[in-house]
Amino acid sequence: MTELTRRAALGLGGSAIALSALKGGDAWAQAARPIQTVAATMPNLPIESGATLRLIRPTRFVEPDEVIFRENIAKFTQATGVQVRADFVGWEDIRSQTAVTANTGAGPDMVIGWGDDPHVYADKVVELSDIAEYLGTKYGGWMFLADKFGKRARTNNWIGIPMGGSTGPIVYRISAVREAGFTEIPQDHAGFLRLMQALKRINKPGGFALGNAVGDGNGTANWLTWSHGAYMVDEDGKVAINSRETIASLNYLKELYPTFVDGTLSWLDPSNNRAYASQQTWLTPNGVSMYFALKNDPATRAIAEDTDHAPLPRGVATGTPQSATILNAMVFKHTRFPNAAKRLIAYMMEGEQYDRWLTGCLGYWSHPLRAYSNSAVWESDPKLAVYRNGMDHPFWSGYKGPITQASGTVASEYIMIQMYASVASGQATPEAAAREAERRIRRYYR
Amino acid sequence: MSVTAIETETWTRPKQQKNLLVRLFDWKPFLIFICLLPAIGLLMVFLTYPLGLGIWLAFTDTTIGRSGKWIGIENFEWLMEDPIFWSAVFYSVFYTAVATVLKFGLGLWLALLLNNHLPWKSMLRAIILLPWIVPTVLSAIAFWFIYDPQFSIISYMLVEVLGWRETNINFLGEAWPARWSLIAANVWRGIPFVAISLLAGLQTISPSLYEAALLDGASPWQRFRFITFPMLLPILAIVMTFSIIFTFTDFQLVYAITRGGPVNATQIMATLAFQKGIPGGQLGEGAAIAVSMIPFLVFATLFSYFALARRKWQQGEAND
Repeated sequence: MTELTRRAALGLGGSAIALSALKGGDAWAQAARPIQTVAATMPNLPIESGATLRLIRPTRFVEPDEVIFRENIAKFTQATGVQVRADFVGWEDIRSQTAVTANTGAGPDMVIGWGDDPHVYADKVVELSDIAEYLGTKYGGWMFLADKFGKRARTNNWIGIPMGGSTGPIVYRISAVREAGFTEIPQDHAGFLRLMQALKRINKPGGFALGNAVGDGNGTANWLTWSHGAYMVDEDGKVAINSRETIASLNYLKELYPTFVDGTLSWLDPSNNRAYASQQTWLTPNGVSMYFALKNDPATRAIAEDTDHAPLPRGVATGTPQSATILNAMVFKHTRFPNAAKRLIAYMMEGEQYDRWLTGCLGYWSHPLRAYSNSAVWESDPKLAVYRNGMDHPFWSGYKGPITQASGTVASEYIMIQMYASVASGQATPEAAAREAERRIRRYYR
Repeated sequence: MSVTAIETETWTRPKQQKNLLVRLFDWKPFLIFICLLPAIGLLMVFLTYPLGLGIWLAFTDTTIGRSGKWIGIENFEWLMEDPIFWSAVFYSVFYTAVATVLKFGLGLWLALLLNNHLPWKSMLRAIILLPWIVPTVLSAIAFWFIYDPQFSIISYMLVEVLGWRETNINFLGEAWPARWSLIAANVWRGIPFVAISLLAGLQTISPSLYEAALLDGASPWQRFRFITFPMLLPILAIVMTFSIIFTFTDFQLVYAITRGGPVNATQIMATLAFQKGIPGGQLGEGAAIAVSMIPFLVFATLFSYFALARRKWQQGEAND
């Protein structure tokens, strides 16, 4: 309970968050569900004398993300004597800061950046296989996306330690879906279209971002592409977007788009959160942060209670057709204290620290190590269940290609979103849109 | 004869052998060079170098994270075939042209009104400047809310209060409404700059000219046409040059409100260059787009100077 009052004193918000802290944090404090571990030996990494570390990571979306992260770092300093300075950088800036760090060989010793960063700078980062294997053994193995983004392509060498991933499944109003005559979100295309049409008829429409939104827009595009069995590039990075499957997905959007709430073509990343919170849209894909915010604000608590989450409709895909925004930790070769940096990463991923962070953030960053599937957070609120396997989706940005800078460029150029948006707005036929996307993507995969 | 010999040895100033440094500093060309050096240094470091680097990058395939190779004009060849680039060129020119005409029309009108004797004159003038003083990003975010598909105050007025419409206006979701919406935001922001600058110009016009015109029986329109307008032309040229450059290189409004959407309809060259260069990481291509802006800007500047500033003294000659 001291835990709870301290958090309240930190001004973490109203009673709702206190409630969630009680459910999550308190359960953790009592260690009601210890994380299952297998005996494993921490590699021998003597900390260099006089070691200090500097790291940067993306800024928080939910407050405990920063608060608990900093607490864990302070604990590390206490335990090892290594001073750590952590800076939180804006989501859109951290990529260029990582680039400068990598190219100049100066700046922070380690970066907790985005998924593909260690792959872009593979020659400039320290291999982390020792701690990755230790953590994997101890905590039941790495999930699919962690494995994918941690290891250098086609090798078993770890160059990054994925610390968590944020996903955007469907967030919907239980009452609206029920009123539309459905009990759950259909997992097939035809059924989902019927649900969306029914929601539009009762004037409680859903909405998917089709504007130049890096997060939500690409989420929409990826879902449409992958759920129809299409893919942007093949295993070798050859552009494969102009396919029958892509045309099918574009035709599907043509039918789906009229069911959206007005204005989705201009939606940027925060737009669907606002529309959902003000009851203008009743179904939209988003991360857990929206539920978190609704639950914490007494004014919108009723909406949170009427909200549930569901996986994005699978269509013909074998797994849920979505990826995750991954936090990937990397250590640069220019650091003078690689052992200290590795020790810090391993320390942050250990049950004592990691589970508190995961729980405090209400699962905002889904865990990469399987053992944390047993974390109390996933039981604390049944509505969070869909985020539990966030790191286990079999898709990644730039699927099926190797992880390179090109997929990041395609995403930030909004090429896939614009392919869909141009068809939704009637500016282009599906065939022309796919051809145009192919032309633009080819530019970066050459 | 000895006397004359003495006389020839008249006293002369002992020729001091000045040391090299002193002579150097007495040498005018060198002195000029030295005095100019700090200014040249600053210009080189903060203007020439970045500009040169930008132009050099435009001919390479540099990305963030990899220094590039020289690839000649490949970037420009790609841009020539890229419909998105041409749509950005079109909208940049359209945006600049329409916004500038509106800003000058309305700004001049406002300046003429403010030039009259009004109660609370200085107060009014200060208030007029507000849109220009507010940081662009803040006003852009305010406009973003005004144009929001769900929460627009304009839609709210028309639908809920006046009942003139059934549905919200889709300001930013379609190409042309989005383009006009951005122009409206830019005009709102730009009017004060034009109005206040022209007001300054208006106040330099001697009242005696108007008195003379009144005695000759000139109508208000004639007074404007033959006194105000010609006297205002020089300042008009300067203000227009600045305004065109500000508008053409505008970035914040477009980026904050639409990010160039829907489907690149409102992409202007500055936002496209940024999007490709920084978030997209394609520094070479982004630089190529930025370099493509230079001819337009040079043309706009030359046009303002030679088309509007036709008085001889402005071009370095004496007045008639």
